[in-house]
Amino acid sequence: MHRLCFFLALLLLISESHARGSGDLGIVIERASGSVQVIETSTNSSIGRIDGLGDLSHASAVYSRDGRYAYVFGRDGGLTRVDILSMKIDKRVIQSGNSIGGAISQDGRLVAVSNYEPGGVKIFDAETLELVADIPAVYGKDEQRSKVIGLVDAPGNKFIFSLWDAGEIWVADMSSTAEPAIRKFKDIGRNPYDALITPDGRYYIAGLFGEDGMALLDLWDLDAGVKRILNNYGKGEQKLPVYKMPHLEGWAIAGKFAFVPAIGRHEVLVIDTTNWKQAGRIKVHGQPVFVMARPDGRNIWVNFAVPGNDTLQVIDTRSLDIVKTLKPGKGVLHMEFEPRGEEVWASVRDEDRLAVFDTETFQQVNTIAAKKPSGIFLTYRAHRTGL
Amino acid sequence: MKRMPFIASCLLVSASSLTIADISTQRQTELIYLLKQDCGSCHGMTLKGGLGPALLPESLNGKPTELLVTTILEGRTGTAMPPWKAMLTQDEAEWITVQLQQGVK
Repeated sequence: MHRLCFFLALLLLISESHARGSGDLGIVIERASGSVQVIETSTNSSIGRIDGLGDLSHASAVYSRDGRYAYVFGRDGGLTRVDILSMKIDKRVIQSGNSIGGAISQDGRLVAVSNYEPGGVKIFDAETLELVADIPAVYGKDEQRSKVIGLVDAPGNKFIFSLWDAGEIWVADMSSTAEPAIRKFKDIGRNPYDALITPDGRYYIAGLFGEDGMALLDLWDLDAGVKRILNNYGKGEQKLPVYKMPHLEGWAIAGKFAFVPAIGRHEVLVIDTTNWKQAGRIKVHGQPVFVMARPDGRNIWVNFAVPGNDTLQVIDTRSLDIVKTLKPGKGVLHMEFEPRGEEVWASVRDEDRLAVFDTETFQQVNTIAAKKPSGIFLTYRAHRTGL
Repeated sequence: MKRMPFIASCLLVSASSLTIADISTQRQTELIYLLKQDCGSCHGMTLKGGLGPALLPESLNGKPTELLVTTILEGRTGTAMPPWKAMLTQDEAEWITVQLQQGVK
């Protein structure tokens, strides 16, 4: 009995000494090795590596609301729930042949995955990864299936996504546990390539690859339908090749302006969100891929498609001037700001490392080895709509 | 390179009357890297497809070599496939095509 008490006390002591929060943690996708690295932003260090996540050549992640589990969406259709505190895979399912991204519902109970093959969205129980709903992206007279992109969560336990082949935006209302209620918006424009939801959860904006402009949906007024914005931003100009599809996410909003990558033009477009008109065009180093506002909205950081992917540029959101050009190395694939914005992490794929920059001085403050790193996802995303 | 793929590549090339110019070993490594990492953004790093179609030998089977080379260099209008001629020479596009037809490890 005494011995048992001793062991219990010891066990308690051990678990106590290991107790920690997850607010300063995150994961980095290591795209070639199917692994993720857990990182910690208080001391800018690596905690360790978790293997066995399959094909992560294109991958993204969202977090459970307790900040303990990362849901990683892999190219091979794998959905993996990773426990970043105990550093292990908690659950893993292969849910399709080829997927592109995912989202977690407002209430944290559902995880949705957007798939290329077969085209559609599947929705899973966030706890068990059991299938809750299957939404095939069927369109047209011949009932073809479309690749799905731009999947985000929205208030009211909704998921919103766009159909690349069909040029449609669908809103799936999951507030009733029975069947998803789906509302479809057709003819939104050719080949939506990605989409964002504004941080307040009101506007869904899909970028169009097949034509100029973007498609805007006001989620507070679905009956108003999809409105086209930036219709003429590059009319009559020769498009440049797009060697990597740009990404859109809600962090592009800084104050009343939204900053988005132009397609086929080496420019960042500025949109006035009070009237959704173009407010500026900023010439940049190459085809922008990620255009991200520092959390305080003071600066915008931009990375680029190959062959310009050795560069980062920083734009001042008041003057719209480029205030800094950095050359971290070849293959700068992704950036992630720390929650309050004092530092930013960048993946430098071809140099197999992460670089951490001070966002005021632009000095590199640390570098950490990582195997072909791509996306970086910090746990603060758990509490942000659309991330 | 093992003997079989080399013979296979000679056959493919002679069949389509293309000639493979000398591409340095270092450049070959760069091209395979580009293929996996950058073409892989759309076609998947294992070339099983993504936004763009799969580029595995079985999926390219029956497509004329010259069509594939032209697609790499000129892109495909109306799709997301860009022209790569600013970054690749004709010889390099031909070499990449042969690698794809044989299967890239």
